[in-house]
Amino acid sequence: MISAAVPLSCAGGGDFSLIHFFLLSDNMASSEDSATEKLTAPDRVTPKGDTSIFNSMAFRGIAYQVLLAAFVILGGLYLYINVNANLERQGIATGWSFFNENAGFDIGESPIEYDSEDSYGFALWVGVLNTLRVAFVGIILATILGVFMGIARTSRNWLLSKVANVYVEICRNVPVVLHVLFWATVVRFLPHPKQAITPFDGAFLMNRGIVFPIPNEHPAYIWVGVAFVLGVIGAIFLGRWAQRWREMTGQYIPTFLWGCVIVIGLPLAAWLVQGAPLTWNVPALRGFNFQGGMALSPEYAALVVGVTVYTAAFIAEIVRAGIQSVPHGQIEAARALGLRPRFIMHYVTMPQALRVIVPPTASQYLSLTKNSSLGVLIGYPDLVNIGNTTLNQTGQAVEAIAIMMIVYLSISLAISTFMNLYNRLVAIKER
Amino acid sequence: MKTFITAVAAIAFAGAMAVDTKTAMAEDGPTLKAVKARGEVICGVHQGRYGFAIADSQGKWKGLDVDFCRAVAAATLGDSEKVKYIPLGSVQRFPALQSGEVDMLSRTTTITLTRDSALGLNFGPPTFYTGTGFMVRKSIGATTVDQMAGAAICVFPGSTTEKNIASLFKSKGMKFTPVVIESSKQLVGAYMSGRCDVLAMDQAGLPGHQQYDAKKPADHLIIPGVYSKEPLGIGVRAGDDQWFDIIKWVTHATFNAEEWGVSSKNVDSMLKTKDPNVKRLLGASADLGKKLGLDKQWAYRIIKQVGNYGEIYESNWGPPLSLARGINNLWTNGGLMYGFPMK
Repeated sequence: MISAAVPLSCAGGGDFSLIHFFLLSDNMASSEDSATEKLTAPDRVTPKGDTSIFNSMAFRGIAYQVLLAAFVILGGLYLYINVNANLERQGIATGWSFFNENAGFDIGESPIEYDSEDSYGFALWVGVLNTLRVAFVGIILATILGVFMGIARTSRNWLLSKVANVYVEICRNVPVVLHVLFWATVVRFLPHPKQAITPFDGAFLMNRGIVFPIPNEHPAYIWVGVAFVLGVIGAIFLGRWAQRWREMTGQYIPTFLWGCVIVIGLPLAAWLVQGAPLTWNVPALRGFNFQGGMALSPEYAALVVGVTVYTAAFIAEIVRAGIQSVPHGQIEAARALGLRPRFIMHYVTMPQALRVIVPPTASQYLSLTKNSSLGVLIGYPDLVNIGNTTLNQTGQAVEAIAIMMIVYLSISLAISTFMNLYNRLVAIKER
Repeated sequence: MKTFITAVAAIAFAGAMAVDTKTAMAEDGPTLKAVKARGEVICGVHQGRYGFAIADSQGKWKGLDVDFCRAVAAATLGDSEKVKYIPLGSVQRFPALQSGEVDMLSRTTTITLTRDSALGLNFGPPTFYTGTGFMVRKSIGATTVDQMAGAAICVFPGSTTEKNIASLFKSKGMKFTPVVIESSKQLVGAYMSGRCDVLAMDQAGLPGHQQYDAKKPADHLIIPGVYSKEPLGIGVRAGDDQWFDIIKWVTHATFNAEEWGVSSKNVDSMLKTKDPNVKRLLGASADLGKKLGLDKQWAYRIIKQVGNYGEIYESNWGPPLSLARGINNLWTNGGLMYGFPMK
């Protein structure tokens, strides 16, 4: 277990030496360049008196790049021609016209209104949204659980750190497929709708998923939403101002407390001002199933829990490694200054740990997103599931797979762009 | 470059090359050639559907689809056991056939226009007629489709069933929740555990799941009637006409054998019959096999080693599944099985 942490913290610590190395070698290279120029000019003279172009570093650099580019392009072209030739030989129709054709199949759950008479393109879009729904919620939950478990592992509380330890070892050493299948099976053994478990009034837990009441729509909620956004913006500004104030005067303002007050208080006030409208849309058993309220399907629940529990175990290790990468002297120094443990975590440990934590966590987010494609195994209508149905009904294998690849690539690139920006934010600034 | 492309393509898609019909008659087409060289027919089958294709505890495959794989092996290689079975999901089946991974697809595949044309496939005559059927748990109290509004329905992805239910429910103005899982075990498990109210698939697939997968078969009800046309046939790659012909006439041979009263039990004595049809079929008077690129006794071996269509049906759909023959009977008995003239 310790050995697992060492390479991670090394990688973090290695950043510095790596940068150092590049800086040094850069200097060396440039000095060497000028040196070699002086030296080689008289040394490598051809009989005619001019230097061969193949000895020019610039030329060779460009030549290699051109060769590589040509190789890649030709390779791609070859594959493209090959696929086309074979498809044509076998009489398989190609093209994207199926995109606008009537899909003709239904989808179990969709965040937007979908009908079997909509097009294949729209059905695939529903799949994309369903995938995003899992990825987004999964990333948030995995981060919360992972950070908690990571901190728990470094805790001085023996029981807490052992529990976290067992969790990490069990969850990261079991393939994610089994996690997903396991939770799908667990959910299926819940009771039937008629004997549903009622954790609190109006909510039902059963093998058809979880249904719970949601407030009925009301025009006042728009203003509550606006107030919430304003509250968040206000809290950010408050934090900035409080930091400047602290740096100027040394006075500490409890921003977290005041931030909460603004973020929660503003919408609450907006709601109260408009007469506190509230009616509930309570689910009720009608026919085979519950109608009304908000419903989460068992497949969605199983998939989110499966990928979250799996990924959080990795994030926990990353967080632990990050925390342990901060030299102990830093914390001792902070204690010597009389900082409270909370402030030590916030102002000393975390800023230094984050630069170690963020890059590997980004790749965990990416793998979580891609692992959400396992929904196809348990019947969750994600992109791969709907893509499979489309592929099979239209026979457009190359196109359907290409779409899936492009979508996953786009989602992954978006996540890594966002995480790179965040990484730049938390990286140690060199002044 | 071009020859290189062709060479690679030929390796990757061995047997997929288009061959002129006339030369195919003279010499073996690419698929038959590959099968003979390999000494084995590679047959794509269902991963597990009682009556059609299911592997027993010893790994031996059994079922109507499986018997047609065996019949083709008996006709082409002389031994019905020289088959390699590749279990395929509903989604993988067409790419597996198109890419040449399997020589034939005998996997409860409905013949449709799109599959026949845009997918670059050809289908032999239907070996089984069925239609979308529904199985429900008796406790939910639905006995017709009209009582299924709002039900959760377990269905295979990309199957014709998936589309049939959507249009059936739409025409009735009812809603349902599809639960779409590719793995047969997972899908049936989801229905049996109560995740779905209804299990929908080709009706002929339902009795097996009721008999073998349900804890108490009597708790489940197969709704009478079928809700679509599902003629199931053997798929091959388009472009190899000879192989297509073999599949087609192997199927007709089993129909005709039943009609003419030739069975695995009496086939040897039938060799001495006076019936000209039977004589031609068994290669006693004419050499029909040569025209297909096979030997004289190709049909004799099918009947001897696998049986006629009636025997195939009885061995797979007899008790305990006990599925009445219905439209799968011979045309002479009021069914749809109609063997073409073998002359």
